[in-house]
Amino acid sequence: MRLRLTLLALAILAPPASWPQSLRFRPEVTTEARFFGSRPQFDQQLRSVQGSLVLQGELQWVAESGRATATIEPYIRLDAADDDRTYVDFREASFARSSGDWSVLVGFSRVFWGVAESRNVVDIVNQFDTIEDFDQGEKLGQPMIRVSRRLKAGSLEALYLPYFRKQLFPGSEGRLRAGVVSDRAQFQRAGDEWAGDFALRYSATLGSFDFGTHLFHGTNRFPLLLASPSTDELTPFYQERSQAGLDVQYTTGPWLLKLEVASVQIDRDDFFSAVGGIEYTFFGVGSSALDLGVIAEFLHDGRDLRHSPFNPFDRDAFAGARISLNDPQDTQILAGAIIDTRTNGVIATAELERRVGERMVFELEARYFDANEDPFLGAFESDSHVTLRLRRFL
Amino acid sequence: MKPPRPLMIGTALLVLCHASLLARANEGLESDDPTARGYAIAKRADESDAGFGSSAAQLTMTLSDSRGRETTRELRIETLEKQGDGNGDWSLTRFFSPPDVEGTKLLSQARVLKSDNQWLYLPALRRVKRISSSNKSGPFVGSEFAFEDLTSNELGKYEYIYLGEEDLDDGSRVYKVQCNPLYERSGYTKLNCYFDTETFQSRRIEFFDRGGRLFKTLDLLEYRRYPKGYWRSHRQIMVNHLTRKTTTLQFGEFDFGVELERRDFDPSALEIP
Repeated sequence: MRLRLTLLALAILAPPASWPQSLRFRPEVTTEARFFGSRPQFDQQLRSVQGSLVLQGELQWVAESGRATATIEPYIRLDAADDDRTYVDFREASFARSSGDWSVLVGFSRVFWGVAESRNVVDIVNQFDTIEDFDQGEKLGQPMIRVSRRLKAGSLEALYLPYFRKQLFPGSEGRLRAGVVSDRAQFQRAGDEWAGDFALRYSATLGSFDFGTHLFHGTNRFPLLLASPSTDELTPFYQERSQAGLDVQYTTGPWLLKLEVASVQIDRDDFFSAVGGIEYTFFGVGSSALDLGVIAEFLHDGRDLRHSPFNPFDRDAFAGARISLNDPQDTQILAGAIIDTRTNGVIATAELERRVGERMVFELEARYFDANEDPFLGAFESDSHVTLRLRRFL
Repeated sequence: MKPPRPLMIGTALLVLCHASLLARANEGLESDDPTARGYAIAKRADESDAGFGSSAAQLTMTLSDSRGRETTRELRIETLEKQGDGNGDWSLTRFFSPPDVEGTKLLSQARVLKSDNQWLYLPALRRVKRISSSNKSGPFVGSEFAFEDLTSNELGKYEYIYLGEEDLDDGSRVYKVQCNPLYERSGYTKLNCYFDTETFQSRRIEFFDRGGRLFKTLDLLEYRRYPKGYWRSHRQIMVNHLTRKTTTLQFGEFDFGVELERRDFDPSALEIP
């Protein structure tokens, strides 16, 4: 049945063969080195330097009408120290077609929902690529059928996600982990990875307001990690999740006011997750071209600790700054820290990005953990690190 | 006396109409009042572009610093003519190079005296982000062009004072008009605008900063007239006199046949490749 549906979708989407077409290929190689300052928490973990090579690229075909596209974006990471951090993903492998107000996408793709900077509680479609980076900035490609319809005011989209992407975890040699997590996961829903998720979203712009509202039913992206007496490894357990959410941004002059709220049900636990705050930009600081944006956000997550042992964003504050030099090299600096107001646990990050020549980008990233009383961050306390990255576009 | 035949009345009316249209088109151009005369010239320039509907053009932006080191960016700008009072033209800018910004898009719904509405599409994150646009005087992607230099020259953006006629280096005759920005957050105290006396197209603009110094000069070159009568400059050179940096925009062919609608300039359209 599933196969037949897919074939039907492909038949609808197949473009007429007569269209003139354009083909584009943009490969990219990244070399990366992570330096850890402290001795590892566990014996098997790598000591101080973790080297990686990333091969990625985008191969895209666009019909001359611009109304049909096929895109493939493979992502291959080869890690010198951690076998589990050597992996292949398709960030995108999709075919999309639009006609009038309708557009349809089938395949692996990525979707972004939300407005906030520190965490996006409404951004539920994709699994985060947690082995790539500690923050929730990278995502795994998600198999989906996405149908969008532009309305007189705003647009509506419906998504069916036939296959669930499990989180990736560092191996025994890897840093930034608590225990070692087993590849074999357990699921609450029948059908395991094939249980199928649904999402619906309406988004619109109304004057100075940009907002979106959504419904989701499916599998929780964040597993519980269960210890078992028979093995040292932790077993991920993925529960059922339903949520309804709202995200809104109000833009006025140099101010951005942001709010994301989700009402979540996981198993028998009902709770709210929210993030809200402000971003203010000082343009042309000291009559230079430099722009300085300051960001302050508050995070709340009402998940009951009896149902989930860790709740890192239960009551946190985020403060950050974004500096754009507005130079020909597009130099950007981002710095920020999330502080748990209950445990005083801190995650601080600073990032610098600058183009070198026409086809290279240099990135420097520093991340610092201070657990204090925080049980979740306790596992990362010795894993503060600096990452150097050189991206080369071929 | 017999009444004139209907046809005669019609012809007479036509002649009268035509004469009044001509008079209206030239209204104020000969005025002794420099404010009225300046406004009339700017109005003619504005009207010469009315009705173009939508257009698209690819361009190369070359940034060079005081030592002559160059960086280039490839862009495509799609434009939808202003809709209603208070609005400026809407534009969608796509970046093709350098490769790390490929796929980035900037949607701008310009407004004459208020902040524009702007959204940025970040392809790596698949994120559409509404951005603050109160910085009309800020640099556009590291260039010597400010956002306010690129948004179309709406009539209502300035107050105009006619200063006289001059000859440019190439011998063409221009009207010199002082343009005083009405947008409170403008980065300029005044502009000297030079309009061609024959085509009424903008040929040169001198920008004076908040300190009153001559800050930048923009030369608009390689004008071509397209079939429906619209003029477009294909080479624009902005020189920053304070930093000695220059930015050159070299445009390809303008496509006036491109069919663009309001909905193509909606933030929800940014995710479509």
